[in-house]
Amino acid sequence: MSDYLYVGKDIPRTIEADKVCGRAIYINDLKRPGMLHGKILYSRYAHARIKRIDTSKAKKLQGVRAVLTGYDLPDVRVGFIKDQTVLKKDVVRQFRDEVAAVAAISLEIAEEALHLIDVDYEELPAVFDPREAMKEGAPLVHEVDARGKPVRSNILPLPWKFQAGDPEKGRRESAYVVKDDVRTTWVNQGCMGTSGCIAEFDMNKNLTLYSQTNVPFLGKQRIQEYLSRLGLGKSNVRVLNPVVGGSFGTKLDTDIYEFIAIQLALQTGKPVKILFTREEEFFALPPRQPALFNIEQGCDREGNLTFREVKAILDNGAYTSWGATTPSVMMMPISSLYRVPNVRFDATCVYTNNIYAQAMRGYGNPQATFAVETSMDRLAEEAGIDPAELRLINCNRPGEETPMRLKITTCPLEACIKTVREKIRWGEKRGKRNGRGVGMASLIHVAGGARVYKSDGHGIIVKVDQNGRVDVLESGTDQGQGSPTVISQMVAEALGFKPDDVSITLGDTSLCLWDAGTHASRHTFMAGNAAIQACRSIKRQILEMAVEFIPQIVTYAIKKKKQKDPNFREPDLDWKLVASPEAMDIKDRYIFPQKAPDHPYFRTEVSEILTRGLHVGTGQSRVVIAEAFYDPPTEMLDREMKGNYSMTYAFGTTAVEVEVDKETGEIKIVQVFAAHDVGRAMNPTLVKGQIYGAAYTGAGYGLTEEIQVRNGRVMNANFRDYKMLTAKDVIPVEPIIIEVPDESGPFGAKGIGEPGLVPTAPAIANAVYDAVGVRISDLPITPEKILSALRKKDVC
Amino acid sequence: MKKVSVCFTLNGDSVTAEVPVTWSLLKTLREYFELTGAKEGCGVGECGCCTVIVDGDAVNSCLYPIPEIEGRSVVTVEGIAGKEGTLHPLQKAFLENNAVQCGFCTSGMIMSAKALLDKNPDPAEEDIRTSLSGNFCRCTGYVQIIEAVRRVAKGNT
Repeated sequence: MSDYLYVGKDIPRTIEADKVCGRAIYINDLKRPGMLHGKILYSRYAHARIKRIDTSKAKKLQGVRAVLTGYDLPDVRVGFIKDQTVLKKDVVRQFRDEVAAVAAISLEIAEEALHLIDVDYEELPAVFDPREAMKEGAPLVHEVDARGKPVRSNILPLPWKFQAGDPEKGRRESAYVVKDDVRTTWVNQGCMGTSGCIAEFDMNKNLTLYSQTNVPFLGKQRIQEYLSRLGLGKSNVRVLNPVVGGSFGTKLDTDIYEFIAIQLALQTGKPVKILFTREEEFFALPPRQPALFNIEQGCDREGNLTFREVKAILDNGAYTSWGATTPSVMMMPISSLYRVPNVRFDATCVYTNNIYAQAMRGYGNPQATFAVETSMDRLAEEAGIDPAELRLINCNRPGEETPMRLKITTCPLEACIKTVREKIRWGEKRGKRNGRGVGMASLIHVAGGARVYKSDGHGIIVKVDQNGRVDVLESGTDQGQGSPTVISQMVAEALGFKPDDVSITLGDTSLCLWDAGTHASRHTFMAGNAAIQACRSIKRQILEMAVEFIPQIVTYAIKKKKQKDPNFREPDLDWKLVASPEAMDIKDRYIFPQKAPDHPYFRTEVSEILTRGLHVGTGQSRVVIAEAFYDPPTEMLDREMKGNYSMTYAFGTTAVEVEVDKETGEIKIVQVFAAHDVGRAMNPTLVKGQIYGAAYTGAGYGLTEEIQVRNGRVMNANFRDYKMLTAKDVIPVEPIIIEVPDESGPFGAKGIGEPGLVPTAPAIANAVYDAVGVRISDLPITPEKILSALRKKDVC
Repeated sequence: MKKVSVCFTLNGDSVTAEVPVTWSLLKTLREYFELTGAKEGCGVGECGCCTVIVDGDAVNSCLYPIPEIEGRSVVTVEGIAGKEGTLHPLQKAFLENNAVQCGFCTSGMIMSAKALLDKNPDPAEEDIRTSLSGNFCRCTGYVQIIEAVRRVAKGNT
């Protein structure tokens, strides 16, 4: 056991007390003086030519301050591969295309103005199935690329091709081979707080953007770039994060509505707020990237994996956001979940006239792990090996390098598999086919940053005032995971202060240092490592002051005692105990000699030293401040798409028991055991919160959630028709925290934000097969699909 | 726009509001009284983020027409802490039990739980789940929320 005072403890989230009192300020609650309300007009067609836009009636409406169309804005392209403009002109390519925008003195007037905008369209042939869109002669979604060069195909110039070893040789050497087609669908991130922002320019055209982004610095960079294309290169951009009502991937890209708010604010000279309705949240935000997989893998007679080959087709939608980069993460489970020597992965991203997609908790990992782990079960059956056993035979081990060149540090995957196997009583329950079944699935995920950008750095500034209050200016964001609590624990531990002493300021690009963003489960890992560095310096500064001031304080105290009591005998003090910073330490706000922690004279409360340091009176006063920038020694993926992009990787295994009603196809989750490798849990209760939440969303991904897109249109843009699990849908999850502290992590921690979601859906699918003998390879696993599969099975 | 004047009790105070007749209770609370604890998560009564207590019942304030509030008693999340700022046992339990993550659903969740506990101080887990089934949460998986409510129900805090 560690002797940490705060790290590893269940410190409650009292730092966030405002949230339980209704006082936390979300974008919904934020108002600026003179603020206008912005609304967006979307396309009425999936693919059409805009023949005419008439905004004259809208402009005349009382209270309207600006009406903008693509024809009013300079042709500045935005987005991941710059394939769209902020407002669309000439052609619309999806139903969510932003055609016009209004700013008005009230939301009601802005809404009314939208109805007064008249747009004439000429419908164009559209394509909605990525496989159709790949064919020659399919309607082109884009006629030219970002540089204006004509294109001939809907296939994106983003080929994802990975190969390690010799898959053909692996196939030849296989005793058993299985092949499967797997489909995953669009899923909405389902943040309870809808999207929104406020854009505000000052008279010098400096922009403050109140944004929910979880990449404040990348967001700032994108906006700065955009403004300079508008001729506002000298404008400063300050991005500020209000309290954020959930993110789960939605805040990774700078969304079009943010650029629209900026344009409206520029046009009107007033702060402009755009706040999405729930309906917009469903149809006008990029959901989780859907994928079609063809997966083939094999093993030898002993069950050792011989090869794995995966082809993926990604429906990119009409434009490109982070969804197109999900293969970089899909590659991780495909190449590195279990030991497989020969791997090939090809992913093709295809434009269609559907809504475009991006990332959601787990990035591409849940999709790919669904393919890999359902295929593992199929292979186990083919080889006549128990599925848990097959996983153990091929289990990842500490110290190994995977075909993708990921360097595995700590790896308790074996313990995860064995723990859930025992907990769920695998041997006793498996293989009954009596309507009740068990299944499992594992995961690997980045847990020590993810070098997606050339800098995976994270900056932190720590300062301490004369009273010993610690201010941490921290570049990340909190979308609910509890970072302020965990960071205050880590800072308190590293400084020798108390968590209550620490205040955290997040998400302010003017105050904080660069950070690559709060994504990829990286916040605790990055902030912790940066905090440890900064706190080392702070501690040194305080102890140096202690060397100077403790003798003064003690000498003065003795003098006072002598004055009061003439018989007082001066103690024989060993001044060497406080003669150097190295000889002392700080714990719980007390400075003390390491050799005599309870020393009656030298033990000193920090604020005594800090106050003296500030109020010296000789022109020598000082403040205590330190900054640190932690950029881990990881690699970007190289041309072969290989490289150790994270400092460490998290593993985990989920086992699920289900009950399937053969008459109705309904699935009841009887129990879920989720064992997760977390390095060291900084706050076990908060870690469990991440696992519970992620497992629940994972269960929704497996069972109920799907954005119904028909001919490009989202048909279920509300909570009634889009089925998120509620408190009534009991998913009895038991999180199991497996701790093997990782050397690279702060106090041994690994990231745990996303992993819980990843293995849940495949574990459910595998359990359903064990229960009723049908494999559903098409998410979500609905009662209809089960019934239809059961019927087919009966016929055969 | 035609306005309506309503008198009601809000967090123990007698109040009067003169607002457009089409406004909901949620809009009135947020815009007129600047009580922004209740949130709009969907605006059509599906998510529960706007839950407040009216005459002892948890209601979706986004669907509640303002003229209907005349003479009634409304309690919002801002009105349940003690006078000296001491947190209500539910607020305390939510913090201690990690029942709050992003916090957007929290106000509504706490008010639904309070309405339940006021009527049934010792509910079974099933009762808690039913009472909270109209309050969506995407962060917590509900587990720690239900635990928090149970802790208060049993008077453990």
